[in-house]
Amino acid sequence: MDFAFTDEQMMIAETARAFFAENATSERTRRAMAANGIDRELWRGFCQDLGFAGIGIAEEFGGAGLGMVEFACIAEAAGAQVAAFPLLGLATAARGIAVGGTDAQREKWLPRILSGEAIAANAGKWHVERQGNYLSGSFDFTPHGNIADVFIVSATGGSWLIERDAAGLKIETPVTMDQTRPLASLHMDKVLGEPIADHLGAVQAMHAGGWICLAAEALGGAQACLDRTVAYAQERVQFGRPIGSFQAYKHRLADMMVEIEQARSAVYWAACTVDEGSDEAPLALHAAKSFCADAFFKCAGDMIQLHGGIGFTWEHDAHLYFKRARSIQTLRAPGNWHREEIAKIILGDAA
Amino acid sequence: MKLGFSPAEEAFRTEAADWLNAQMSGPFKDIRGITTLTEKAERRKEWEQHLGAHGWGCIGWPKAWGGRDATIAQQVIFAEEYARAGVPGRVNHIGIELAGPTILTFGTEEQKARFLPGIAKGETIFCQGFSEPSAGSDLASVRTKGRLENGEWVVNGQKIWTSLAHISDWIFVVTRTEEGSKGPKGLSFLMMDMAQPGIEIRPIQQINGDAEFNETFFTDARCAEDSIIGAPGDGWKIAMGLLAFERGVSTLGQQMAFRNELDEIILAAKRNGSAADPLIRQRIAKAEIGLRLMRYGALRMLSNRDHSRIDGAALTYKIQWASWRRNLGELAMDVLGQAGEITGGDTYRWGTLPNLFLYSRADTIYGGTNQIQRNLIAERGLGLPREPRGDA
Repeated sequence: MDFAFTDEQMMIAETARAFFAENATSERTRRAMAANGIDRELWRGFCQDLGFAGIGIAEEFGGAGLGMVEFACIAEAAGAQVAAFPLLGLATAARGIAVGGTDAQREKWLPRILSGEAIAANAGKWHVERQGNYLSGSFDFTPHGNIADVFIVSATGGSWLIERDAAGLKIETPVTMDQTRPLASLHMDKVLGEPIADHLGAVQAMHAGGWICLAAEALGGAQACLDRTVAYAQERVQFGRPIGSFQAYKHRLADMMVEIEQARSAVYWAACTVDEGSDEAPLALHAAKSFCADAFFKCAGDMIQLHGGIGFTWEHDAHLYFKRARSIQTLRAPGNWHREEIAKIILGDAA
Repeated sequence: MKLGFSPAEEAFRTEAADWLNAQMSGPFKDIRGITTLTEKAERRKEWEQHLGAHGWGCIGWPKAWGGRDATIAQQVIFAEEYARAGVPGRVNHIGIELAGPTILTFGTEEQKARFLPGIAKGETIFCQGFSEPSAGSDLASVRTKGRLENGEWVVNGQKIWTSLAHISDWIFVVTRTEEGSKGPKGLSFLMMDMAQPGIEIRPIQQINGDAEFNETFFTDARCAEDSIIGAPGDGWKIAMGLLAFERGVSTLGQQMAFRNELDEIILAAKRNGSAADPLIRQRIAKAEIGLRLMRYGALRMLSNRDHSRIDGAALTYKIQWASWRRNLGELAMDVLGQAGEITGGDTYRWGTLPNLFLYSRADTIYGGTNQIQRNLIAERGLGLPREPRGDA
């Protein structure tokens, strides 16, 4: 037992922090928001210069090896800058292909995805009917579905790989509140899906990866909200004092830190349980996803409140965090659902 | 980063669990499952000595002083198995977790030889004399006075909220030994024998009907000149160092007691059907999450080797567990319903859960109120400007 980062993990975290701080700037993120929610240059740098896209994917499939702890370090750093790029697709769809895909699917897609050439997405809520491997209906709220080249979709009894140009697939992208991660709808009219060999394995890998990714992004985002608000509290003067010297203000910041420290424990606990194949993994994952999302939302809301009027402007970055926090709360199931899953583990099913 | 335990550590777990279970089903069957610190005090003191005699009294201490040089992982395991076996809390927790480490860190070799064996053997029960009627949150404003007289410290004044003073053998006292000094300056840290006419104890009855805390009066109470830890005037530094020890491994034992409380709530909810109520289910899940995060926060704190920076997990720990437990008390009562508002007997004594509800109101006060904790977090953790002080 040693619940501290190794030197290698600290180096990965530091590299990621420096990369996102330098590249995922407010200006570049806002440019991506105004377009299609991806900073292509950031994505290329992440996949090719850093070679980080394969972290959390086994080396035998062309990944970089390492585990979810290392992945979480990266997602935390990305979340701190509200980076606009399809990281969640790596945590979900790419892992789904690696764990559950056929050899042909892995060989065809993983090298392209990990080099940044292709973007993968895992579809969200489904309302589909299937006849064999033909799917009709729609998958809504697919993160970065607007720009993905390949989708992993799941419905009762199966998962399928579907390419963007599949016959019968129409992609619609509504205006999304969090413009750094647009949610697209995939409308299908008898689209032929390529079955994923190990459906359940893929779903499990995508859940674990997705929940850890979102929880870690939330942790990084929450910490950034706190750091930026602390900086503001020290420079903004009212009544002849820095506003950070007033208890009504500083106590709220302290409460943010209390939540964030717990969120940090949650993320790395969950990541360790997955890496170590622990029985605690389901509980840890539900705990991390629900707790971190709520902690982030609280911090982002407080960030706006504690900045006063400037926090409500489009110009200030507070709304980027606030909207990202809201979207993390609902992505891959809301907190109440996760907590009910925990209740089932400890109390059994409700009568 | 790794959470699993090694085979050797698991073997240690089996050894500890086997021994603890054998005691709780054998010679100490009668104290199994007690959840207050006050019940069956004499038997609890015997238990302390039994632990000491078998080398389980303070496993994290150096072997030379009666410990086992146990690793952090072993201490974690022991704390977990201790509570799992239904062993009641340590009545000498102040001695083991505060007095002992303070003496180990700041004491002379002679002082170590004088005090540590007694603590390790469970023969010297310690209590803590910090708070005073006029020095609560503002701890540095203590007024209890100490002066040197014929090679002895002579102490006059009053301490309050002295937990378990009535069963303790020794007390460590923060006293003002420099005439006219103010605030944290001029304070000294003295070890005093409780068995003397100059020390008088009066119990304070609490809202749960119990009396764990006391008022402690000092009227020309005495201790030897070399019963001072550190130099005269070092009292504040030592007291603050001691508060840092409070965030050590002891938190894990405390958490396991919380585990037992939450399990009792879960059991009650299943029995009376409230386990089917979606809102209760959400709250129980939240409590479970909070408890787990406390554990992993503590493990993070214990695994931390970078002492150059403020440890956020340690700094936020007190308010985190205290608030969690207060919520747990409210959840317990909502699960029990009105059945939680009456006792089964004819005295004002409460079962574990109603007692938790009442007692947890103290958790957010003692050891630094939630408000003081927020000040500390904001000022030390976040670097925000200090609160302006009236006496500055």
